[in-house]
Amino acid sequence: MFNKEKIKQVKEEKKKWEEGSLKKVLDRFPERKENFVTGSGVDVERVYTPEDIENFNYMEKLGYPGDYPYTRGVQPTMYRGRLWTMRQYAGFATAEETNKRYKYLLEQGQTGLSVAFDLPTQIGYDSDHSMAQGEVGKVGVAIDSLKDMEILFDGIPLDKISTSMTINAPAAILLAMYIAVAEKQGVSSDKLRGTIQNDILKEYIARGTYIFPPEPSMRLITNIFEFCSKNVPRWNTISISGYHIREAGATAIQEVAFTLADGMAYVKAAIDAGLDVDDFAPRLSFFFNAHNDLLEEVAKFRAARRLWARIMKEEFGAKKEKSLMLRFHTQTAGSTLTAQQPDNNIVRVTIQALAAVLGGTQSLHTNSRDEALALPTEDSVRIALRTQQIIAHESGVAETVDPLGGSYYIESLTDEIEKKALEYIEKIEKMGGAPRAIESGYMQQEIQESAYRYQKEVEENKRIVVGVNKYKIEEKPPRNLLKVDPEVGRLQERKIKEVKENRDGERVRTVLDTLNKAAQGNENLMPYIIDAVKAYATLGEICDVLRNVFGEFKESIIL
Amino acid sequence: MADKKIRVLVAKPGLDGHDRGAKVVARALRDAGMEVIYTGLRQSPEQIVEAAIQEDVDVIGLSILSGAHTHLFPRVIELLKEKDAEDIIVIGGGVIPSEDIPEMKKLGIAKVFTPGTDTREIVDFIKSKINTKISA
Repeated sequence: MFNKEKIKQVKEEKKKWEEGSLKKVLDRFPERKENFVTGSGVDVERVYTPEDIENFNYMEKLGYPGDYPYTRGVQPTMYRGRLWTMRQYAGFATAEETNKRYKYLLEQGQTGLSVAFDLPTQIGYDSDHSMAQGEVGKVGVAIDSLKDMEILFDGIPLDKISTSMTINAPAAILLAMYIAVAEKQGVSSDKLRGTIQNDILKEYIARGTYIFPPEPSMRLITNIFEFCSKNVPRWNTISISGYHIREAGATAIQEVAFTLADGMAYVKAAIDAGLDVDDFAPRLSFFFNAHNDLLEEVAKFRAARRLWARIMKEEFGAKKEKSLMLRFHTQTAGSTLTAQQPDNNIVRVTIQALAAVLGGTQSLHTNSRDEALALPTEDSVRIALRTQQIIAHESGVAETVDPLGGSYYIESLTDEIEKKALEYIEKIEKMGGAPRAIESGYMQQEIQESAYRYQKEVEENKRIVVGVNKYKIEEKPPRNLLKVDPEVGRLQERKIKEVKENRDGERVRTVLDTLNKAAQGNENLMPYIIDAVKAYATLGEICDVLRNVFGEFKESIIL
Repeated sequence: MADKKIRVLVAKPGLDGHDRGAKVVARALRDAGMEVIYTGLRQSPEQIVEAAIQEDVDVIGLSILSGAHTHLFPRVIELLKEKDAEDIIVIGGGVIPSEDIPEMKKLGIAKVFTPGTDTREIVDFIKSKINTKISA
């Protein structure tokens, strides 16, 4: 980018500056710290100059937005064309309650839905299962059968809205229910837009809502890839998630590395199952975290895009442009929210959301200020959504593409994150890929180390968390937190009973039996699962059939 | 008695998979010289109480972030009573609304630690509790 002469001059001038103005100041006022590092521990220099990106080749490293390697973004006009999708993750109690919250959010200007399911749904238990006790409707909405799903989307036209569903182990079942509800609304599956998370590897690593062992889980995932490429072509079949890896304690570099390593494992599995990379890769999507270290986060998103494009092109020989593009959703970092002085969280979320937008996200969820205390109230959710709207309409950052591109610091940090993430990926590949590395506990161990180091740094005041280890005040306990009605469990139990009484029992037995046989063979299971949900077989019944055939995953405990 | 290490069972009852806090606390307790057993995810109250008795622990640390504490914490206490193991100190942590804490304490949870707690505070609490028990 700079000619040799110019760089030489910059270097000479730097030397003069260091010996002159800088030295004078340092002699009198030493800097605050001996070493400055990013949130993830990357060394930060005092000042960045052309010298730090000396051999920078613009076209190779950045290119133009919408062009390979997509460092500057996946669309040529980015937010000048269309703003990112503002998508607040929501769900609690019953389908009826959650349906009301969705309608409220849509009225407030939200542009997409994002479904939070309760833990029994995510782990494939009906609300009346003994393991579900105390958990029904707590962290999301309880879905036991197609009936609940019909209520959840009542009055919401599925051909007009895109829906993201945070569902993994039973993703095939919830997708089948979504397709069935759409059909009842008269919407054919080729018109559906949305995302299922469907990323089981990070469940083993960090999130914990697994059901089946890796091998049958990967089969279900590739079944979905194949089915959707033919029948639900606009659906994002997976959201390869670094979010939870980061929440569990990973650094920004580990987040990029482990997420892309997982992504590579899915691509390999699908190719091994006989699919053509360009048939499914355009529908792969990603999900990242946005933390407080604003500039490092921006660099992280840019590095992830460049790295993935190179991997898809060079490693997997993908040819379609869409196969090379890393499109992602972002959520601000739940783990950075403090229970102390919760209103300060609004500011943290603003910084994090800004990082996501400056990093070129396709959609965004902003956390609410009260989430370190309980589920967010309607007021808190509105402020979180307004934060995005203020960034979009008032801050000016959406008016040009990749506004920080070309900053000496951002480019050098983007390079550094890419390099270090690649080192991790190569190490994982040597271990035999992500599934092997997970099995041996490698990624979990690395994440735990980072989490523990972070905690120690906070406790030793090496890292300041405002309101937690500095600037503390006496506080009254917070009020007006959202409480989920404990009756929800009983309400769901009653609904299951009703569904079971009113359905055709013979038909249910037949579809479950057919699914059982199909699961034992090699067929694509999606059509069988769709038949089962349409017959009002419950989520738990369908998962039980699969549990019997596939077995269950047992976590290896690493401490 | 002074030589005997304090034994702690760190447990994740219920279905929630957020184990960052549980694992950080487990390591901090271990670094403070305690013997720590970690159960892993998705343990029923029955499994937790059985493990605690079998491992002869002094303390059970329960971690929940899903909101199921109102159901699962009391259940653990109830089972300990049934098994005559009430001498085991039970502490809790996670996303627990402050308005729930008095009720938890009344039921027999010795202390509830909420987000932002310094791990040294947990270590000190356990040590002082065990000491008062020994001198009592």
